[in-house]
Amino acid sequence: MKTRIGFFDFTGCEGCQLTVMNLENDLLQVLQLVEVVEFRELMSEEVSEIDIAFIEGSITRRQDRERLQTIRERSKILVALGACADNGGVNLLASNQDVASLRQQVYASDAEHLQTFTPLPLHRVVKVDYRIPGCPIDGQEFLAVMQALLLEREPELPNFAVCVECKLAEYPCSFDYGEICLGPVTRAGCRAICIEGGDRCRGCRGLVDNPRTSPYHKVLEEHGLSVQEILEQYRIFHIGEE
Amino acid sequence: MSRKITLNHLTRIEGHAHLIIDKQAGKIESCRLEVVESPRFFEALLKGRHFSDIAPIVARVCGVCSISHTMASLMATDNALGIEPDPRAKVLRRLLSQGEILQSHLLQLYFMAAPDYLGIPSIFQLLTQRSDLFSRALRLKRTANRICEVVGGRAVHPVTTAIGGFSSLPEASELKQLRQELVDALPDLEATVELFAGFDFPDFSRPAEQVCLEQSGQYPLHANRVISSCGINQSVVQFKASIDEYIVPHSTAKMARTERGHYCVGALARVKNSYGRLSPMAQKVATALQMTPETDNPFHGLKARLIEVIHFVEEAIHAIDDLLLHSFASARATAMPKGGGQGVAAVEAPRGLLFHAYSYDQDGLLETADCIIPTAQNLASIEADIESLLPALLDLPDEQLKQRVETLIRSYDPCLSCSTHQLRVAIK
Repeated sequence: MKTRIGFFDFTGCEGCQLTVMNLENDLLQVLQLVEVVEFRELMSEEVSEIDIAFIEGSITRRQDRERLQTIRERSKILVALGACADNGGVNLLASNQDVASLRQQVYASDAEHLQTFTPLPLHRVVKVDYRIPGCPIDGQEFLAVMQALLLEREPELPNFAVCVECKLAEYPCSFDYGEICLGPVTRAGCRAICIEGGDRCRGCRGLVDNPRTSPYHKVLEEHGLSVQEILEQYRIFHIGEE
Repeated sequence: MSRKITLNHLTRIEGHAHLIIDKQAGKIESCRLEVVESPRFFEALLKGRHFSDIAPIVARVCGVCSISHTMASLMATDNALGIEPDPRAKVLRRLLSQGEILQSHLLQLYFMAAPDYLGIPSIFQLLTQRSDLFSRALRLKRTANRICEVVGGRAVHPVTTAIGGFSSLPEASELKQLRQELVDALPDLEATVELFAGFDFPDFSRPAEQVCLEQSGQYPLHANRVISSCGINQSVVQFKASIDEYIVPHSTAKMARTERGHYCVGALARVKNSYGRLSPMAQKVATALQMTPETDNPFHGLKARLIEVIHFVEEAIHAIDDLLLHSFASARATAMPKGGGQGVAAVEAPRGLLFHAYSYDQDGLLETADCIIPTAQNLASIEADIESLLPALLDLPDEQLKQRVETLIRSYDPCLSCSTHQLRVAIK
């Protein structure tokens, strides 16, 4: 029997599921090996047992917490898909502010159906077996994780910094443009796509294990940047706070 | 006899909503589209951030329309800072928006809406039975995504877009290759028109005010004026000021209206109001689909999207020709002003009018942000359409009734991730 996979989403932008759909021809080949049994955005069908559940988004409400727990109970393997599921992502951009005040600012109402709590990454609610970081995820990395799981191997994420991929591709350094770049401490695997696009790294893939912070501080000092400016940058994708 | 029909977590739409219909003795008592997508408070999340970070953050409102949010955001910031992009950068921005509309429309037409007319629960059913159709859908979507990748650097959440234009420009060789791929898509587009022309669209009409942008000499995408089928012709700033956003007890999405009441935005509004600006080929396709600009049938939203697909493929080819003839510089070296200011901008997103408005303080930090989303402007019209359609469906068995109502909702291609920032139907 084919491996049954399901896609689910909570609070987020559905961009990671869209990235999976955008795999197109690769997706067609994957579909020969697996059966997509649930994918609300694309299908009306539902089943009871799932081999691998890919879950996008953060948890912000009691009913979401319960829905996630039910998915966990009927899934053999649970994978956090993307930054919001993995560490909270942009949903936690205002985690230093009280939710009631955010609600007042946007809706000017305290109605019951608008009640949420500070967004939680999936692992704060259920056991997460594997994670695919990024905002959005990288499609090729999704395929690599899926391949490892189908072969019953442990999926591995790169454990070096974006700087390494950036230097190998010989892109100009963002710091030389007077910009703040999180490439030195962010986990690679994105092929430094933002730097290729003329932008800088905002750290959407989270911190690499054991980041070499002292050389990084030196780089910052050389460019006259303050710790406060760096912290503001870390806050966008909520990295380094867990 | 009381019957409650509930469709929970409506499928094949962007985001989460339920539909609940209360029936009493053969009469509709009430009908509510409950948007249950969790609120995300994006406007508050942006406060205090520097203008250079606003577009990349606000793109994360929605994966499907990340390019539209990026465009509206950058244009509002351009306006606030007094930056005027190079005319060719505007052509490239327009090409990127066309890529997103093609991507979103093709995904919606083939993967979300077509199953309703083919009588199947999802397009995955076609993998074995109609693999030709499935592969064609993927090929077309691929071509659309290629525009976004070549111009935006990535299909979801672009990386080359910048205040004042682009931080990285596509190579001429990439543009030439992309042009060839667009030309090669024409036979697949012809087959798509043939497929949709064979669908049996429900006979239904409900007149509504149709609102879209007005762009001199062009089909509307990025513009400063708003027009409507009721004769409105105002600046974006004026029209935005006339919108009343309000919350209802059953939805986490805000709803929008003007003093004239509710209105519709999206592909149908654009095709109706700007029919004469469509390419000759797109107008021919409209005829083949038996659609005229006079239509008041919301089910024709699908036809309008297909007509736009044809138009934008053609326009994208012309845009590439223009870009190949004229070179221009990336905006990376542009000196950014230190100060602040206020700016408003509107774009035509795949689902319709999208407004972003910001004010920045003297340090360039965001003080206030206001985003008005297409689906928020359509939600009340979707409810009104369902209420108007229901009396004719009351004798149908629940399953058929639900199917018909879901088809109507999907005709609008609602994006609820955006509007709250899922769809289930319930019959009481």
